[in-house]
Amino acid sequence: MKKTALALLLLLASGVAFGAGGYADLMKARVDVSDEASLQRGAALFTNLCISCHSAKYVRWNALPDALGVSMEMVEDNLIYGSYQEGNMMRAAMREADAERWFGAAAPDLSLTARSRGADWVYTYLNSFYRDPDASSGWNNTLLVNSSMPHVMWTLQGVPEAKFEEVGDEIQVAGIRVPEQQAGMLSEEEFHQATRDITNFMAFLAEPVRAKRQEIGVWVIGFLVIFTFLAYLLKREYWRDIH
Amino acid sequence: MSDATTTKATGGLLGWVDARFPLTKMWNEHIAEYYAPKNFNFWYYFGSLALIVLVNQLLTGIWLTMNYNPSAEGAFASVEYIMRDVEWGWLIRYMHSTGASAFFVVVYLHMFRALMYGSYQKPRELIWIFGMIIYLLLMAEAFMGYLLPWGQMSFWGAQVIISLFGAIPGVGEQLALWIRGDYNISGVTLNRFFALHVVALPLALVGLVVFHILALHEVGSNNPDGVDIKKNKDASGKPKDGIPFHPYYTVKDTFGLGVFLIFFAAVVFFAPEMGGLFLEPPNFEPANPLQTPEHIAPVWYFTAFYSVLRAVPDKFGGVVLMGLAIFMLFLLPWIDRGKVRSIRYRGLGHKIALGLFAAAFVILSYLGLKAPSDIIVGLTVTLWAQIWTAVYFGFFVFLYVYTAFGFERTKPVPERVTD
Repeated sequence: MKKTALALLLLLASGVAFGAGGYADLMKARVDVSDEASLQRGAALFTNLCISCHSAKYVRWNALPDALGVSMEMVEDNLIYGSYQEGNMMRAAMREADAERWFGAAAPDLSLTARSRGADWVYTYLNSFYRDPDASSGWNNTLLVNSSMPHVMWTLQGVPEAKFEEVGDEIQVAGIRVPEQQAGMLSEEEFHQATRDITNFMAFLAEPVRAKRQEIGVWVIGFLVIFTFLAYLLKREYWRDIH
Repeated sequence: MSDATTTKATGGLLGWVDARFPLTKMWNEHIAEYYAPKNFNFWYYFGSLALIVLVNQLLTGIWLTMNYNPSAEGAFASVEYIMRDVEWGWLIRYMHSTGASAFFVVVYLHMFRALMYGSYQKPRELIWIFGMIIYLLLMAEAFMGYLLPWGQMSFWGAQVIISLFGAIPGVGEQLALWIRGDYNISGVTLNRFFALHVVALPLALVGLVVFHILALHEVGSNNPDGVDIKKNKDASGKPKDGIPFHPYYTVKDTFGLGVFLIFFAAVVFFAPEMGGLFLEPPNFEPANPLQTPEHIAPVWYFTAFYSVLRAVPDKFGGVVLMGLAIFMLFLLPWIDRGKVRSIRYRGLGHKIALGLFAAAFVILSYLGLKAPSDIIVGLTVTLWAQIWTAVYFGFFVFLYVYTAFGFERTKPVPERVTD
């Protein structure tokens, strides 16, 4: 019976493996929401580049200082463009009506994207833009084909071009590369780091308590292990006279 | 209080209460002088654990209700508000969402225990029936609770499940409309599901749990040997193989609770989404009636029945078979004609059949998470589901034939419990 029990527990644990999945061939974001330096860089990029169009409407600005390890004054001075009142949410600068006129649809709210799509998806998406003269914005994306979002980080990454591949009779986009003469301010390595920082910050936005819960969790489980051990001793003491 | 004839207690507050309410009497009857077999093993932890998870769901549920907004416009945002702005709201919510899955984990193991040791057999048929009704209500409770966060999977999952009622010939569409209260899942549906989830079903659940335990204490607990401990009593009328529930099983269950809580806390603090099984990724997007998710799957605890549903090409046929998959369990005490309870002393055929039945349930659960056209070891998910659905129902047919026509060769059951 012990063996059956163990097998059942293992089966339950293996649920984690088959529950995941979804997109194939995603880059690994390896997010670490306890990395304050990365979160700070990600926040700077996010508030410079993303929030002009995208909101994070479930997130209050005052949730940032704790996670980033900075003061609220620093957040107000460096990350918030425009006026700020205590308790304000991270709202986009672009109005929805304008977005619909310019891009055909409002830019999606980014509060939970790292949870609904997954951090790996966000990271891969940010690394999948390429120049496409046929697209209305002039840009396309290998992960989210015909995405209406332009490549806002082109000054950093440079101007990626599509790599084509023949599949049967069709020509398909197989990947991207940045030609030397179209290079941006960052090297490939640095751009990966920058997009990883943004992804990390978005993972924080999606679940601000993530770093804290893991920290608390260690103590909770530590307590429970001691409690269970004492409960075991108590049980053994009581059961000594049962034969 | 000096009148010793009206009360057993010597006095004080307890004596005062006992003279007016059967407090000591109930405590003795159900805890301190309830004699349980001394040979309970690993599988006997899950009953008390189910009770504790129920309490967890009730308490965290009450606190969630304090900040949740049951409207189509406000539900999703209020859950995020709980996760971000309410003090310890995230912990309460994760305890509730993890508790929902944990409830099914412990209930499935608890039910499997009953199957192994014949705890549904005479004289415990009513305990089993009450338990099955609890299980049905629990499914309804979980289904309705899952709509409340008003995410994409909440919406579309409810859409799929309620549309199943539409498959019933004649009254189906009217019935689905009656359940939804609207032509589509809407704020109206959300409001009634909220009412049922937080008031009606929990009340019914708690009531049935009381019945379940009262029925159990009336006939006494079964045990891994399936022997009746009341047959062997000592001079004072106590079963020789019985021990008082308190303190022996209260301390033992406390230890079991500790082990359970370690697993529970590991999920709550380190993997609250459980890789997308406990909290599905699409549910972090607000419900959008205009955009169907790529792949709609119910939460893991329903996927076995979902597989049975999908195994039948005809929708109504699938609904009937799915209903039957649950209903067969109700009939189990009468399908099984065996005289021996515990798997330890039952025929080899029953051991194999029960193993296959458990495997069918786990495999069907797994298949229900996959798309029907996916290929596993050369066969489609649909074909695999059909094979294992046949195994699932085959168990009941086999069990009846095996036990009613005398094919089972059992081993002798000992007079007393063995360990």
